[in-house]
Amino acid sequence: MIPELGHYALVLALVMALAQASLPMIGAARGIRPWMQLAKPAALAQFGFVALSFLALMYSFASSDFSVAIVTEHSHSQQPLIYKLSGTWGNHEGSLLLWVLILTIFGGLVALFGGNLPPRLKARTLSVQAMISVGFLLFMLLTSNPFARLHPAPLEGNELNPLLQDPGLAMHPPMLYLGYVGFSIVFSFAVAALIDGKVDAAWARWVRPWCLLSWTCLTGGIALGSWWAYNELGWGGWWFWDPVENASFMPWLIGTALLHSALVVEKRDALKSWTILLSILTFGFSLLGTFLVRSGIITSVHAFAEDPTRGVFILALLAIAIGVPLTLYAVRAPTLRGGGLFAPLSREGALVMNNLLLATMTATVLLGTLYPLLLELTTGKTVSVGMPFYAATFVPLALPLLLVMAVGPFMGWKRGDVKGALQRLVAAGVAAFGAAVIALWIKFDGPILAPLGLFAGIWLLVGTAIEFMERIHLFEGKAGRILTRLRHSPRAAYGMSLAHVGLAIAVIGMTGAAAWKTENIKVLQPGQSLSLQGYDFRLDSVGGVRGENYLADRAHFTVSRGGAFVADLYPERRQYLVQPMPTTEAAIRSTPFADLYAVIGDPVTTGGGKGGWTVRVYHEPLVSWIWFGALIMVMGGLTSLSDRRYRVGAPMSARGRAGAVQIAKA
Amino acid sequence: MRRLLFLLPVLIVAALVAALWRGLDPSRDPSALPSALIGKPAPAFDLPALADGAPRVDLAAFKGKLVAVNFFASWCLPCRAEHTYLKQLSAELGVPFVGIAWKDKPAAARSYLADLGDPYAATAMDENGRTGIDFGITGVPETFLVDADGIVRYRLAAPVTNDALKDEVSAAIAEAKQ
Amino acid sequence: MRRALALLAALWLGLAPALAQEAQLADPKLEQRARDLSREIRCVVCQSQSVADSDADIAREVRGIIREQIAAGRSDQDIRDYLVARYGDFVLFDPPFKASTYVLWIGPFALLVAAGIGVALYFRRRAQEPARPRDLTADEQSRVERLLHGNADGGEA
Repeated sequence: MIPELGHYALVLALVMALAQASLPMIGAARGIRPWMQLAKPAALAQFGFVALSFLALMYSFASSDFSVAIVTEHSHSQQPLIYKLSGTWGNHEGSLLLWVLILTIFGGLVALFGGNLPPRLKARTLSVQAMISVGFLLFMLLTSNPFARLHPAPLEGNELNPLLQDPGLAMHPPMLYLGYVGFSIVFSFAVAALIDGKVDAAWARWVRPWCLLSWTCLTGGIALGSWWAYNELGWGGWWFWDPVENASFMPWLIGTALLHSALVVEKRDALKSWTILLSILTFGFSLLGTFLVRSGIITSVHAFAEDPTRGVFILALLAIAIGVPLTLYAVRAPTLRGGGLFAPLSREGALVMNNLLLATMTATVLLGTLYPLLLELTTGKTVSVGMPFYAATFVPLALPLLLVMAVGPFMGWKRGDVKGALQRLVAAGVAAFGAAVIALWIKFDGPILAPLGLFAGIWLLVGTAIEFMERIHLFEGKAGRILTRLRHSPRAAYGMSLAHVGLAIAVIGMTGAAAWKTENIKVLQPGQSLSLQGYDFRLDSVGGVRGENYLADRAHFTVSRGGAFVADLYPERRQYLVQPMPTTEAAIRSTPFADLYAVIGDPVTTGGGKGGWTVRVYHEPLVSWIWFGALIMVMGGLTSLSDRRYRVGAPMSARGRAGAVQIAKA
Repeated sequence: MRRLLFLLPVLIVAALVAALWRGLDPSRDPSALPSALIGKPAPAFDLPALADGAPRVDLAAFKGKLVAVNFFASWCLPCRAEHTYLKQLSAELGVPFVGIAWKDKPAAARSYLADLGDPYAATAMDENGRTGIDFGITGVPETFLVDADGIVRYRLAAPVTNDALKDEVSAAIAEAKQ
Repeated sequence: MRRALALLAALWLGLAPALAQEAQLADPKLEQRARDLSREIRCVVCQSQSVADSDADIAREVRGIIREQIAAGRSDQDIRDYLVARYGDFVLFDPPFKASTYVLWIGPFALLVAAGIGVALYFRRRAQEPARPRDLTADEQSRVERLLHGNADGGEA
């Protein structure tokens, strides 16, 4: 009964989406106000129906209703509740429903909080958003019905893939999708503006919070995904340049470019057609990612369903959803005239530089991701593109970006003083140079990446700190004054500083983990030990433990250094009861300086008939900084989002209005 | 000129969609890896025979006629599935099959052939697996066609368990025979 | 079928770290070289995994070959060539620079140059363009309207 309700709600959502896609658009064209106003209730109703449907599916998972096909395939009655719930999106159909749910959440939010939007723009935006819904609802109802039933219902299910039974991965898809799919609303704003034929500073201001929200979620989602890989895959790695990882990274890169180019539109009324293009492409990359993951066109550890008919459907959706707006773009964009002027060396100029590099980085990742496929299709030759390619192409593009990032905030709008900016960055330069020297001193014959990455990271970290301190005049006046200035500086500025600092920290972490990671493997019998980087890992014992739905061998390591106790580590090798797939649970001791990471493998019998265990340990300097940095970036995004200037629907305060006038006068 | 620039994005997307469309061809196997040896001389080998006392198996001895080289192992389940077809195929097409037991124990491979029948003109032991690596195999079973001049003409990286694959192999043999 | 099997194999074996017992090279320097090299070599039956990270039979085999050849004094490049001759460029995570990969390797830098020229042209064009009055912002617009309707209170801010 409940699954049928869910299915029926999806059909109703489709009806709502059809109404929302058509009537407000026609209303906006013909000036029929009631039709335009229909967009809001339709968007809310559409959200309501999809949410109902999603809850129905979640209920089916929670109650282990094995008459529903995907519950049987991806759940089990003995599975912990959290993984029953996360099983809802741990499969193709359910995650597609999550996709659509987020699509309608963003539509609903704009409907609710978009009160200050011009009615025409709002109607068109919601209409475009509903068109995407129509495409995906049809896709789901025609090819991937999550509520398909089984007759007769089996007594037990197949369990969620054990690799996905991890708290990080339970939260990763919703976060990632909030980001990925969130950019749909920015896309809808862009298409609406193209239909309107008008893009101005106000448009940029309306779009900005949505862009920020999506970017923040995407940042968090990618970080959670890599944290999962680090914890669960058991090779001590956190990023593999796998096609599916790249698929989530490309929208982030181009979305970051969009976030910055929209600033120039807001301040200077320039870069308008470029910003519109980025808005369309960012969502285009989200769709491309969806296509790559779900069509089976590329093999990847993360790929979902392998069904070419689904692939054809998503590709058709992608072609229409991106092709039509880009055609409209080709017609309309030439008429969007640039506004205010600015010198190449200025804040705007630095933002252009940011866009230049980020766009090239996105294209590089795209090329690396699709090249093997394109080469195979055109010549039949095969090639692999892995880490070394990106180290040689992506990293050289990222380093200058980090260097410019520290300078940009010091530059004045319209015309900046590079010399002055660099003078104020002397301390950052000295610190960065010192860090690079230390990096060389630690390991002279190590990869060249280490000193360069550390230089860039410290440069950005210290540079951002200096800029922040100057902004609040930290070293002038009384403490009370400083506090006042702290309170009055706009939240968006805080957000920028936090996000930049977060990236700097993450870069330092990536550099350390990539350049100085060491490992040791050995077969140990209880009582024996192996050493790594001066740490002594003694295998004390291995015993069997029983989890809720798995059996595991759990090892106990005592880690010491120079005889002094450091930590106890308990890595596990789990065997899930239903799916005969061994998984590793790494034991990790995290400190700000380095992680100690231990994995236990298969039991082996050595010559003397005595049993032993293969043990692999890693020493990963600075690796935890990656996720700490990402967390700060997310906080930066949220802080910026809380800036009242961007608060959607909130009436502008007097100060905000004065600010706007100043902007207009500048 | 400037207008053309604005057309560029949609053109690139169109080209990309067209390429991806071709990639969706259901007959394309995205995980298939074509052999690097096609059109190149087959790696020479001279391996001990599986049967006790039989002469060593040397690929050069087959020079001048078309021969199929089939890698198998007693521990491999798909090999068992294709085994019945091999005999039939060898008889129907008149192509001798050279069997190579890859990373197998001689005793195990011998009893495997004793149980299931021996379709091979000659059977060799590749205990350390290096001959298999020389052929670039990714697992067992794999079948290679080596023509009269010792050139690799075809590779099948799958068990011959259905008629479609059998037809493919027959077609490749017919082509290689010309 | 084979594909499904390969997938299963990749899921069952491939993702579990390669912890099977293996003979290691006695010389730690050579062993380190072997590990570094095996991280660059792609496992042919797995998905985006190096032979260092995979537990598949063939990956273990390739690791053995790498150790064997390093012990025999071959250079890393010799070993790469050996594997490429048997499995093609696919086995290298670091794609070789040759006709079939020119676009891949030169592409990013060509794009950067093209984009840089585009930006330079943008600035040149904008600098030559006579300053043009731009559209009013929404705020200015409303201020103008208020002024036009004789409401003086929206004066100069």
